[in-house]
Amino acid sequence: MNDIALETKNLVKNFGAVTAAKDVSIAVPAGAVWSLIGSNGAGKTTFVNMVTGYLHPDSGQILFQGRDITRLGPRTITRAGICRSFQIPQLCGELTTIENVLVAHAINRSATPSFFRRANETEEMGRALALLERFKIAEYRNRLMGELPAGVRKLLDIAMAMTGEPKVILLDEPTSGVATEEKFPIMDLVMEALSAEGVTTLFVEHDMEIVTRYSERVLAFYDGRIIANDAPNEVLSDPQVQRYVTGTPLTAS
Amino acid sequence: MDLLLVILIDGLIYGAWLFIVSVGLTLVFGVLGILNLAHGSLYAIGAYAAASAVGLYFTLGGDVFPLGSYAAMILAALLVAVVVAPILERGLLRHFYHRDEVLGVLVTYGVFLILEDVIKLIWGVEPLFVFEPYDLLGTIEAGPLFYVAYDFLVIAAAVVTGILVWYFLNGTNRGKVVLAVIHDREMSQTMGVNVDRVFMLAFGAGVFLAALGGALTAPMISVSPGIGVNVIIVAFAVIIIGGLGSIEGAALGAVMVGIARAASVHLVPELELFIIYFVMAIVLVFRPEGLFVKTQTRKI
Amino acid sequence: MEKSPVLVAAVTLTGLIVLGFALPDWAQFLMTIALAKGLVSLGIVAGMRCGVVSFGQGLYFCLGAYTAGLMSRWTGVTDVFLLTFLSVIVAGGVGVIFGPLLSRYRGIFFAMLSLSLSMILFGALAKTTSLGGTDGVNVAAPTFAGYAPEGGALATALYLFIVTVTVIIGTVMRIVFDSQSGLVSLAVRSNELRVEYLGSSANGIVAVSYVIAAILGGVGGVVTALAIGHVDPEYAFWTTSGEFVFVAILAGYLSIPAVFVASIVLEVVRSFSNLYFPNTWQLVLGVFLLVVILVRPDGIGSIKLWRRRESAGAAEPSA
Ligand SMILES: Nc1ncnc2c1ncn2[C@@H]1O[C@H](COP(=O)(O)OP(=O)(O)O)[C@@H](O)[C@H]1O
Ligand SMILES: [Mg+2]
Repeated sequence: MNDIALETKNLVKNFGAVTAAKDVSIAVPAGAVWSLIGSNGAGKTTFVNMVTGYLHPDSGQILFQGRDITRLGPRTITRAGICRSFQIPQLCGELTTIENVLVAHAINRSATPSFFRRANETEEMGRALALLERFKIAEYRNRLMGELPAGVRKLLDIAMAMTGEPKVILLDEPTSGVATEEKFPIMDLVMEALSAEGVTTLFVEHDMEIVTRYSERVLAFYDGRIIANDAPNEVLSDPQVQRYVTGTPLTAS
Repeated sequence: MDLLLVILIDGLIYGAWLFIVSVGLTLVFGVLGILNLAHGSLYAIGAYAAASAVGLYFTLGGDVFPLGSYAAMILAALLVAVVVAPILERGLLRHFYHRDEVLGVLVTYGVFLILEDVIKLIWGVEPLFVFEPYDLLGTIEAGPLFYVAYDFLVIAAAVVTGILVWYFLNGTNRGKVVLAVIHDREMSQTMGVNVDRVFMLAFGAGVFLAALGGALTAPMISVSPGIGVNVIIVAFAVIIIGGLGSIEGAALGAVMVGIARAASVHLVPELELFIIYFVMAIVLVFRPEGLFVKTQTRKI
Repeated sequence: MEKSPVLVAAVTLTGLIVLGFALPDWAQFLMTIALAKGLVSLGIVAGMRCGVVSFGQGLYFCLGAYTAGLMSRWTGVTDVFLLTFLSVIVAGGVGVIFGPLLSRYRGIFFAMLSLSLSMILFGALAKTTSLGGTDGVNVAAPTFAGYAPEGGALATALYLFIVTVTVIIGTVMRIVFDSQSGLVSLAVRSNELRVEYLGSSANGIVAVSYVIAAILGGVGGVVTALAIGHVDPEYAFWTTSGEFVFVAILAGYLSIPAVFVASIVLEVVRSFSNLYFPNTWQLVLGVFLLVVILVRPDGIGSIKLWRRRESAGAAEPSA
């Protein structure tokens, strides 16, 4: 029981007539790496939003290490130990790369950061730089967000999520919008960092090669429901998944 | 029972006035995304222009047909819109359409400062009085009470304004385009709406409505510098109650504030000044963005 | 190496004190008013750093001013230090009440709701005859820990007081702006969703900045009231608040001295146009404001003023 890191029970979420989640129930063991697949609008982001408190389900329950977090907001959930990255990276556009990390570290240190401790004191700069180096984006440290290549934004977005030292992390499309040849290097960096700390990981992904390579188990979403929940090979050969998600036609009907 | 009637009538009169001075503000915000802090100055210009027009009308022998002074007032408001709206909209505001809304507030604050002095330069600092149109219709007896008939003219004007605006928006093609822009500015642009034209039209209408509010008020007050500075405050409260950009909201907000104020004048006069904020606070507690605006979560 | 803020403060203070003795009386008075009002605008700047612009700082300016006026009238307290302390309590206390309420709003809602609050105070004061109604109240000449100067000496003493207060507050605010908390404010301004997802409360940060602004507004109000010797409800009128915003916009949110320079510029423009164009001073101000907004090279877009560029883009990436 205790080694279930994250559990959802019968999550339902409707937006007007649109069903974005219906009976979504999963139980993720601590340390697992799972992926979420599904076509656009299938409800993957909605699931991430509900788990991290941005949206609240109409009904159902979310448990983190056995504790009910269904009604909590992003701030409390983050501090409890669930962090996330975003489909479109959420960075502070008026700040430089390293300042973004300084912000993350400052908040991680205390929810009400110091009024007198200099933001750019040597020790803090060193910590921030170390994080950027770990993700191999230190060369961009003095750039504003608008000047960063897509892959660097993605990495910075994830790096900032990781400053919260999460137990569970949800990555929403970590490789979308970056060139194909950059996808594997990005995933290698991210997964290495996450597994080094044993973080339970759920990531949304459209590239099935990445899904098979990095995840132990796959959740396939369609119309707000989970239509398959199994090892990658099983899920990818499931006819329903092929029909609704991966688009590999069984027949030419 | 009488007291209730009095409160209702007074409330409707004040609410009617509030609606006329607020509807242009909310329309302009809904379409252009600019909260026009100079709205009160445009109201003042309307009042001055109407005072001058009525004065001129009677000087030119309007005594033979005094009711014509009402036409003079409306024409004055129209003239203000035709002259002022294009200058402001084409010359200044269009540079700020897709920018931060607070920037719009600052820009129109600058316009407010300029217009306040322009009014003094044109009309001087001595007050103007044009009571003729106010007294023209005599009084009306409502039970034991007497009302100046002109006050009911204001209600009529508000109703007509409301119906015309409503009909324009819902009954005409051009109006439906305006509604589409209010609903989703970016979307309508990509759908090929000539947004520039809609903006000009809406701003022109907004200026006209502000000026009309001033014109209708001119016979009831002494028209003097500074009459516009408070108008923006009450008008803002009304449209925030209704929801920024919502015409129906402005109407409902105006009636609510009007009746609440009348009630406080008769029951607890000390609170008269605060009642408007009181209504606003109550509404915002339950509807953070006003009655007719639904709070939406941004997709992330 | 960076200059030590304390050293900068000491040099600035010495310079301003010397300047005070060199200035003619009218200019010394103008400086006193400009610095006091500059403090109010500095509070707005603190809000701008978290992405909100308060159009209602007249509320706190007025509270501070009336605290001075009414204390001297009711209790005979004229000590400048005590009055300033009391104003900080009053303005800060009211800020603590409204800060959390307003911090749920952003953009024009924040601007206009803060404006409405100041108009409530305006209305209340104008209606309350026991507080002088629209005429306001006179403020007794201040004393300085027992020292009770008169005439020119009084003006100079007040000048020295505001100069000292300004330099101290300016230095503290520089330290706060450069602190971790200051950087997080800028993050709120840029992307508060991220701040929430890092585990801090964007509304909380906005609320804190609002309370700071309230306190600065109160201090500015006390000194202005003492210098002028009179307070009236106009202190809370929205057009008064508008001028504070004007100065904050003119100065931008990066440099603290710029706020005071902008405030001095405004007071100079006001004095001269009062002298030469008594009826068009607002017109001059309005044109000035529009020109500032229109000619800002990178446009002030989302009020993104004077963003420092030295650390951005300019620095070559070192491989
Ligand atoms: N905030 C929202 N308001 C209204 N509808 C939404 C909102 N967020 C998501 N939806 C709808 O819910 C459905 C699922 O969306 P989403 O979870 O973003 O899908 P995915 O991430 O799998 O592409 C879509 O039809 C989308 O339009
Ligand atoms: Mg998605």
